[in-house]
Parts: sequence; C-alpha cells; structure tokens
Amino acid sequence: MSLNNWQPVIGLEVHVQLATKTKLFSSSPIAFGAEPNTQASEIDLGLPGVLPVLNKEAISHALKFGCAINAEISEKVIFARKNYFYPDLPKGYQISQLDDPIVGKGSVEIKLGEKSKIIGVTRAHLEEDAGKSIHDLYSNNSAIDLNRAGTCLLEIVSEPDISSAEEAVEYLKKIHSIVTFLGISDGDMSQGSMRCDANVSVKRPNDQELGTRTELKNINSFKFVEKAIIFETDRQIKELEKGKKIIQETRLYDSKKNLTRSMRSKEEANDYRYFPEPDLIPIKISKDQINDVRKNLPELPEIMKERFMNSYELSDDNAELVTINKETASFFEEVLSYKVSPKNAVNWITGDLFALLNKNDTNISESKVNPKHIAEIIQNIEDQKISGPSAKKLLEIIWSEGGEIQELIQKEGLEQISNDDEIEKILDEVISENPKQFEQLKSGKDRLQGFFVGQVMKKTSGSASPQVVNKLLKDKLSK
Amino acid sequence: MSELINLSLTDQILGLANKSFSSREITEAYLNEIKKKESLNCFISVFEEESEEKVLIADENIAKNKARPLEGIPIAHKDIFCIKDKKTTCGSKMLSNFISPYSSEVFSKLDTAGAITIGKTNMDEFAMGSSNETSFYGNVLNPINEKFSPGGSSGGSAAAVRANLCSFATATDTGGSIRQPASFCGVTGIKPTYGRVSRWGMIAFASSLDQAGVIAKNAKDAAIALKYMSGFDQKDSTSLNEEVKDLQKEVDSDQEHIIGIPKELIENIKNDQVRDSFKNAISTLEKDGAKIEEINLPHIQYSLPAYYVIAPAECSANLARYDGIRFGHRSKSVSSLEDLYVNSRTEGFGKEVKNRIFIGTFCLSAGYYDAFYNKALKIRNLIKSDFDEAFKKVSSIAMPTCSDSSFELGSISDPVEMYEQDIYTIPANLAGLPALSIPSGTADEMPIGLQLIGNYLEEGRILNLANKFQKLTDFHEFK
Repeated sequence: MSLNNWQPVIGLEVHVQLATKTKLFSSSPIAFGAEPNTQASEIDLGLPGVLPVLNKEAISHALKFGCAINAEISEKVIFARKNYFYPDLPKGYQISQLDDPIVGKGSVEIKLGEKSKIIGVTRAHLEEDAGKSIHDLYSNNSAIDLNRAGTCLLEIVSEPDISSAEEAVEYLKKIHSIVTFLGISDGDMSQGSMRCDANVSVKRPNDQELGTRTELKNINSFKFVEKAIIFETDRQIKELEKGKKIIQETRLYDSKKNLTRSMRSKEEANDYRYFPEPDLIPIKISKDQINDVRKNLPELPEIMKERFMNSYELSDDNAELVTINKETASFFEEVLSYKVSPKNAVNWITGDLFALLNKNDTNISESKVNPKHIAEIIQNIEDQKISGPSAKKLLEIIWSEGGEIQELIQKEGLEQISNDDEIEKILDEVISENPKQFEQLKSGKDRLQGFFVGQVMKKTSGSASPQVVNKLLKDKLSK
Repeated sequence: MSELINLSLTDQILGLANKSFSSREITEAYLNEIKKKESLNCFISVFEEESEEKVLIADENIAKNKARPLEGIPIAHKDIFCIKDKKTTCGSKMLSNFISPYSSEVFSKLDTAGAITIGKTNMDEFAMGSSNETSFYGNVLNPINEKFSPGGSSGGSAAAVRANLCSFATATDTGGSIRQPASFCGVTGIKPTYGRVSRWGMIAFASSLDQAGVIAKNAKDAAIALKYMSGFDQKDSTSLNEEVKDLQKEVDSDQEHIIGIPKELIENIKNDQVRDSFKNAISTLEKDGAKIEEINLPHIQYSLPAYYVIAPAECSANLARYDGIRFGHRSKSVSSLEDLYVNSRTEGFGKEVKNRIFIGTFCLSAGYYDAFYNKALKIRNLIKSDFDEAFKKVSSIAMPTCSDSSFELGSISDPVEMYEQDIYTIPANLAGLPALSIPSGTADEMPIGLQLIGNYLEEGRILNLANKFQKLTDFHEFK
C-alpha cells in the first residue's frame, strides 16, 4: 500500500487523568487498584439529592497546561451536562464543558528527525470520568466499579494538523512529557491515565476539502496509536481506491487483531443535549491568577534539555534521552549531585539502568537502584576500583538484594586489582602455562592478545583492570 | 391535650420553656391527631418510635435549661428531603424502596436546632404537579373540604399544617409548590431567595429553580422556622455565602413598606372574588401606612412558557439517574440493557413525570436548543430585569398567589390547564426572589392567598409585611 497519492489528516483527542488528591466534584480520594466501589461517595454514585462542588486543584492543573502550551485562557469557566445513558455513568449525564473551555487555542512543537512541526491545540476542557463496566467477571451479569467515576480528566483536542502515524505518536509523546513535567498527571497509559481517540481521514494532496473522517476509540498506548492509524489510513485508501465512500462513524481499535471495526454510525450517534450545569456557578479566572501560574510553571522538557546541553555539555541525543520524562531528568540531576561525569551518568542511566528497568517491566520511579548507587558505581569505575562487568553485576545484586555499594564490592570481592606487581605476577603465570601461544603472539598473531587478557581475568575472577593487563602485556612483548 | 396542637410555634416554644407542657405531651398529641386524620393521606412515613427517643432528649434538655432553639417541637419534612436510614420516596414508585444513606442539610439543620421529625409528608411525584394527584401514594385531601385538592406539589405539608398534624412543615417550591398549596389550605408558606437554603439532599426537579422553604400557621412561625433552615452550605455551590438575618426579630420590627402593584396583571384577573379580595388586602395595608405604587412587569406574561421549557429541560437530566441500576425501581422483565432502562423507567415513573421528561428532552435536542431552551433563558433574564427595575422604587411586590381557590379533586385533566395554576407563582422562581403566600380571603368558600414578593435576601421584609397583615386580619386563623 502506498501513501503516494494520499494525504492522511489526523486530529487527536487525548484524555489525561489529572493527578488531583480528590475527584472533580466530590471529596472522594483517587486510588488506582482499590477494592471496587470503595472510592465512591454518595456524589459519585449519583444518589438522589447530591450536588457537585468543584475541585479547585483541577482548575489550577488545567491552567498550568494552558500556560505551558501558550494557550488562550478563558476568563470564565462554565460546566455543561452531557446527557447519555450508560450503566457506568451514574447520573445519566457527564459534567463536562462545551462553550468556554478553560483552555483555548494553543500549540505544541514536535520533532521529526531533524525537522520540527507545530501542531495546533484547539481546546482543552475539564470533565469527570465515568466508572468501569466489567463484563467478564460473572457469567450472566456485568459488574460496575464506580471508583473511577468522577475523577478529573483534561480532554485535549488537537487541530487536524497531524499528517502521519509517526507524527501522531510524537504529538502524543509531547503531550505526555508536558503533563508529566508539569506534575499534573502521572501519564501512565497502562493504568488509563492517558487515553486517546483519533479522528482520521485521507485526501488527495491538492484537495482543498477534507475527506470523510472516522473516529477511532480506545487507543491506549503509543504503539497502538501508531498501529491503529496506519491500519485505518490504509483501510480508507483501499476503500477509496475501490471507488467506495468512507462512512462517517466511530470505530473501535482491536489491538489483539490489529484492526479497526465499526462501532456506531453517525446516525446512531448520541444527541448529547448539552446544557449549562445548573448546580455549578461559572468560575472567573483572573489575569493575576494566570500570571501567577505562569510565573510558577515548572521547567518544561525543551528548556530543561537546552539547559542540560549547555551546563553539562551533553549532546542533543543524550540530553533528549535524559529529559524523556520528569523522573529520569531528576534521577539524572541527583546522580550529578555526587560530582560524577555527566556523560557517564547518561550512559549508565539510559544504558544499563534502563535495561534493568525493562527487564523487570517497571519504570524509573519504581527503581530499586537509586541515584546514589549509580553515582558510586560511576565513581568506582572512574577511580578504576571496579571493572565494567563488575559494575553490571553490582547493579543486579542491588536490584535483587539491595545493599551499599562499598560493602558489596568488598563482600563480593569485586575490587579491581590495579596494582601492577600483582597483575604482572599473574600474567607471568599465564605466560609460563601457555608458552606456545605466547611465542605465536610474539611472532605477530595479534588476536591472541585477547586470549592472554582473558586468562588473567579468569584467574582474578574479573577483578584485574583490563587496561593494566594490556599495558603489561605490551611491555613484555616489546622486551 | 388537643389544644396544644392548635398553638402557634411561637406559643409552643414559650410553653415548653415555661414548662407549661412537655415535648412528650405535644408530640404525642400530634401523633394521635395524625392517626385520627389518617384518611387525609398527608404522610408517607410517620416516625413514632424515633419520636419517642427524641422526646426523651428534648424534655431532658428543657429540664436542664439547655434547650436548643426548636427543642422538642414536632415537625414534618416533605418527602423530598433525604434523611439518613429513612425511606425517601419523592412521591414516586421509582423511589418507593429507597432508603437514603445520608441526610439533607435542611433535615440536619432543623434536627440540630432540636426539632423532632415526626414524619414525612406526601407530595406530587418528584414535585411535579399542582394538585397532589400525581403522588404514587395517592392524593392528599384538603382538610377544609375533603373533596378539594390541597394543591401541590407540597400538598402534604400544607394539609398537615392546616389539619394540625405538626407544628410546621418543610416544603419545596420550583414554580409555586409552597405558595399554591399554602393558598389552597389557608396557611402561610414562604419560598426564600434562591440559594438561601441549601439544596443538599433535597431531591432535584429543576436545579436552577428548586428552593426549600416552609409552611406554617402564620408569618411569625414561618420566620422562626426559616431562620433555622437558612445559611451558607459549602456542599451546595449555588448556596449564598451571605449572613443570615434574624428573621424572628425582623418579622416583628417596625418597618416601612412600599408595595408595588403590577396594575395590568391585577386588572386582568378573571375571578372577581380573587380580584376583590386582593384589592381589599391592599387597601388594608394602605390604611395601615404602607405606600402603594403601580409597577410594570412587561415580560411576566412569558413566565409560564419559559418555565415549562427550563424546568422540564433540567428535569430530563436530573431524572436520568433513575435507571434501575444502582437504586430505585428495577423492572423484573429485563432481557437487555435497553429493556432495563426502558422498563424500569416506564414502570417507575408516573404519567406527569414522563410528560415533563419528554418535553425537556425535546427542548434540548439538536436543532431545537436555540428555539426553546436558549430563548427561555433570554426571557428569564428579561423577567429578572423587570423585577430589578421594579425594586428600585418598591420594597415588595403584591399579587394573588393563584387565579382561583382550590378545585375539586379529579376536576382538571388537561395538563396545560393544570400548568396554568402556577401563572402568578412562577415569576419569583425564574428571578430567584423570595416570595410568600398568606391567607387573604375566600372564593367559593375555599381560601385564597395574597402573594408578597421581596427583593433578593429580603425575606425579613415580606415576612414583616405579612405579619402586619395578619395582625390586622384573621384569615390565617383556624382551629
């Protein structure tokens, strides 16, 4: 399938769960993974007679996002009821925003290799989340968990400025990095803290009008966003090339089968009958309030990256790697507080530590290896007290058993022998045990050098400094 | 002890304080009277056992001179106010099995003030109705003549006060539901300023119009009761954070009054007896020193159509939560989710409630929103400005409460004719103004009411004027 004659046009709606202490309109706590229906008060259950009270923290989170993307901020925040029936929507309506969303037009910049592109953000509004329906728990019944009902969502709607699956992923990563750097969301897609719908259409490059779009629901990872959009653009192109028309509809992405399937057509779409929420009064946002948020905005990824490149002399790539999220960036800076080389710190964090995190299927905020561990490992390597392989071994031990670096080096006998005399003694032993090979090496068979270094390492259980062994071996050969 | 139940609240408080009688005596007297007059159907629940316990505490507090302001006074709540662990039906089959797990603010405030809740009063289903005939529990009879309607929706509360079944009763008023039954039963009823009394735990009909108030024997009693119901509540975002005036003092203080008369409206009253009685009432007040001013409320004629768009629109959303899923009536004949919704709601709601849900859903539908809902909101603003303009030169506005006295039960079957019951009461709800009804004469031997509307938060002023009128007349007196 070639895209040559077709241009995808994509807009994303990203739902970000805000990291507020309590729900958007009730004082129920937000805890992921709690027993079903234990985080729901009479308000979240939509009992007769209950009333919503707006959580101010959600407003301040939304303002931070608005300021971070240089968006227009609404002077007045009005909530509206979005009416539809669903078993996990307790009130039969969702409190959302229609007119005057808290965040108006703004934009973000995405990197595509060497180039960059501006993606417009149409709006971002606050709304409450619904609960969860669980259909596979009981054989004949569905179960409803309302713990999530009423949690704060910020729905971020982009302009249809995105032209490929790759751009969509970059945009989503950008939104993810902004909200996590701002500390307004944990951004954890696996727990549903960030969910994404995509509006997808294709058109001929010269067409002025956009093609008919479909809305893809329920794409909950960076990988699925990419796959779903690729599948859907391909599907649309095939249909159009067959002379068929695209039907405006909502389609569900099936990640197991990697395809999208029709969920409901435009005709079947709900008429949400929005109207202003009479239980809440409009909230005024003052210029002072906005200025205050702007002044106290935390350092955003681009600015932080710039600073890392300037102050720590990191390459563009390295700086990008350690500013991938807020947790990695602060881990990195904490490692540096122990006065180690920034370049080594980047290598150890994004190399061995990331590999370890991957292996254990976790992220840096859950890491059992702390910045002090990494810093001490780097210091020991820099002082040639331990070897690279020993350092890797240390990381594994700390991950599984914990402990202090210095003690572990002693206990595990990982201290590197860099004393020349000691190593020379062992090297002499190896030479006398392998006289033939030594003669061959002398006569120019260079690849045997590795053999001798290896034998020394073996005898010292890897604790000899390979640099020292190499140097001594060279000395002997030149004699 | 039957004379105890005839005493005004003021005299009951005095008598209890003087230890002329006990809370036990007065409470038992009311409970006996309720049994005797069971056929009036004023109550949905009666709390004999709990009253017994509360009486012990009340009499002990009185004996120790630790009486709270309403200590030991037996009262009733309209069955729209949630009371923890008590059935709260809202007059509907839908909630005939609903035991509330929490209490309304109105209940909590009066309970804290020492009042004893002896029962919950009958009402039109979800407060929709003007005759009390839409109640799932059957209509209430007018104690003055049992063939007649007590009015609605707070018919149970008005009839209970008139039949001496409680000292006073709470009620709610969305379009006249306190004032019209007060008028029909010859008692005093006040709907305060929107936001003066918390709506927390009061089952919603139309959130922007609903307001709790009280029905009592006279203006003084109403002032005392209202004083202890009023106040800011952070659980209700529309609650007014304004100081609560001492209505008990204000009702009896020396105040000057300028009464505005909407001349055109008065001239158009079709019923001679209603018009004459109104004119007599005004001249009584004028003779007593009140100034009379003609005013103009040019948009008031559009109140009824505006109301019957806004109220049903809000009700269509407010009643969406009754879906048979978490509480309330659930149909037994269910084979799909759609069935569960449709059958539960078809079986659980009465005809009038369904009418209003249909009207409201229609008015909010795509393509009709601007023509109906938006236009109604504009009219509402015009009516507000009419009142603002009028209150620049007058301190209160007078008009009849209803266009007629009570009608025979079953005599009105056309819903629109029934809606016209509210023609004089709706404007105060649309504007959010305080308004009361006091007995001012009779038409065809049944009572009619004089309505007084005050400026925002000026409950004290209209109660003062009402009290003046009641000092000069005896229409409010009954045995």
